[in-house]
Amino acid sequence: MSAKRRSRLSLRAREAINGHLFTLPFVIGFIMMFLYPFIQSILFSFSKLEISSQGYTLTWIGLENYYNALFVNAEYPQLLVETALQMLRNVPLILVFSFFASILLNQQFKGRLFARVVFFLPVILSADIILRMESADYISAFLDSALAEEAAAQGTLGTIFSRGQLVSLLMYLKLPQGLVTYIVTGSEQVANIIRSSGVQILIFLAGLQSISPSLFEVAKIEGATGWECFWMITFPMLSPLIVTNIVYSIIDFFTVPSNPLVDFIKDNMFGGAGYGVAMAMSWLYFAFIALFLLLTAGLISRRVVYMD
Amino acid sequence: MKRKHVIGFFIGVLRYLVIVSVCFVILRPLLAKVVSSFMMERDLYDQTVKWIPRNFTFENYRAMYLHMKYLTALRNSLAFSFLISLLQLASCTLVGYGLARFRFRAAKLIFALAIFTLIVPPQIIILPLYLNFRFFTIPFVMPKPGINLLDSIWPFVLMAASGTGFNNGLFIYIMRQFFKNSPKSLEEAAYIDGANAMQTFLRVMLPGAVPALVIVFLFAFVWQYNDYFFTGMYWPKAVLLSHTLDVAAQNYAHSLGAHFQGHYISLLNNTGMILFIMPLLILFGFTQRYFIESVERTGIVG
Repeated sequence: MSAKRRSRLSLRAREAINGHLFTLPFVIGFIMMFLYPFIQSILFSFSKLEISSQGYTLTWIGLENYYNALFVNAEYPQLLVETALQMLRNVPLILVFSFFASILLNQQFKGRLFARVVFFLPVILSADIILRMESADYISAFLDSALAEEAAAQGTLGTIFSRGQLVSLLMYLKLPQGLVTYIVTGSEQVANIIRSSGVQILIFLAGLQSISPSLFEVAKIEGATGWECFWMITFPMLSPLIVTNIVYSIIDFFTVPSNPLVDFIKDNMFGGAGYGVAMAMSWLYFAFIALFLLLTAGLISRRVVYMD
Repeated sequence: MKRKHVIGFFIGVLRYLVIVSVCFVILRPLLAKVVSSFMMERDLYDQTVKWIPRNFTFENYRAMYLHMKYLTALRNSLAFSFLISLLQLASCTLVGYGLARFRFRAAKLIFALAIFTLIVPPQIIILPLYLNFRFFTIPFVMPKPGINLLDSIWPFVLMAASGTGFNNGLFIYIMRQFFKNSPKSLEEAAYIDGANAMQTFLRVMLPGAVPALVIVFLFAFVWQYNDYFFTGMYWPKAVLLSHTLDVAAQNYAHSLGAHFQGHYISLLNNTGMILFIMPLLILFGFTQRYFIESVERTGIVG
């Protein structure tokens, strides 16, 4: 009797022990390789850091690093605002593009496998080193200008209009000035946006596959059109993933090493303004990202449909 | 009925137009790199040369192959990425399984922390980590000034083995979702037959988790192979492809005692990039089915 009771008790205890054992590597790693440096970096951002061969010393200087980052360094605030604006422009476009691309790639057509492979290629080929070199690449700039000339002469797809024509067309349609600039600058970013949508497309695709076909069958029997099916079934069922993808896109945009601000902080860390100021810059940046994520996630998750 | 056919036809055409143009946008830079890698320098200044090289040459490949120390660097890069991604796979699978299958109070907190590591930009912790690896100690075990782990494989091994490497929070998330969605009956049968948790995990659960394991391994491998930010930080002396590619064009110019024009450096860099991504493209060619279909089947979304 007592043996039986003990074994029942220990079942839960054993489960807890096993759980802790399995997750132990991460807990140790998190404390040593994440939490400790995380706290250190807060301290660094308020201190003057000096490194010698024997170790490093910290001297508390309060908010001086933050002051330097924001007011002494003229470039930083400007870069911060620019990066934020760029993100505000690109993330919605990435989202819309990956949403429709995934719907397209989910349909049956010849060459679907090939299209999926190509759409996914940028994820594989987006090495830091490649992005870095591409930003300093004369040849693709050269080919770009050659292509633009060709397109202007022949009027091929994608560049049916020149920039000026596009602006005047949109103005003719009486669209507000802000929207016009958005569309025009967005259309110049097309390649960039397509190339940073790979993972988002995969996430949406996975979501599309997980929608039960019986929902569509019922809707068809009830006489719904494809248009209605899209807005009543596909869109709401994918809405939780929209939040996931927004969060992913924002983080991806902010942390990709080809982001000029990331580069700027790294350059300042080793030379330039020094460790403390660079840490203050990273913390301001992180605070900014966190605020952004909270705001967007908070605004959007209210409208999301959860099945369970 | 006829009207429906016409509409269907137009939608089909439109679909192909969109897909072809997107594929074009993605493939064109790649194509431009391939084309220009066969050009000679004077083709760059020739106004009539755009897509087809006039002076076809393998000289760029020969030079970059030599100055990237291609064979050594490739072997190092592949071996390094293989080892590190295997370690990441092992740790993240263990942790993911632990979070998915055992009920204990800290589980939710640990999972939240794993996600948190994803959100924090790496710039925040690279400097303290750098210093910790420079003066590496373990409290109560190792004495204070510590040892220098920089310029060795250890920073990467330590981070990979503890599931705190690059994007490992994502891998933990994928594995947890996968194990959450897989049926419990097999495990229960194993427990009834007297297996302990580790045996059950290794013998019963792992064989069924192959799709998720493959996708995590491939992502880890590709990201590690592509990495330049972290290896450049903690192991700058390593002869890895991403490092040798960075300086190969300069070294070539230096060895000739010449000063190259910006255009010519771009040309060499393009050739180097082709050499750099070639192994990945070959790997992707063999495994694209896993990349694209597994993501759907691992229940990342679930």
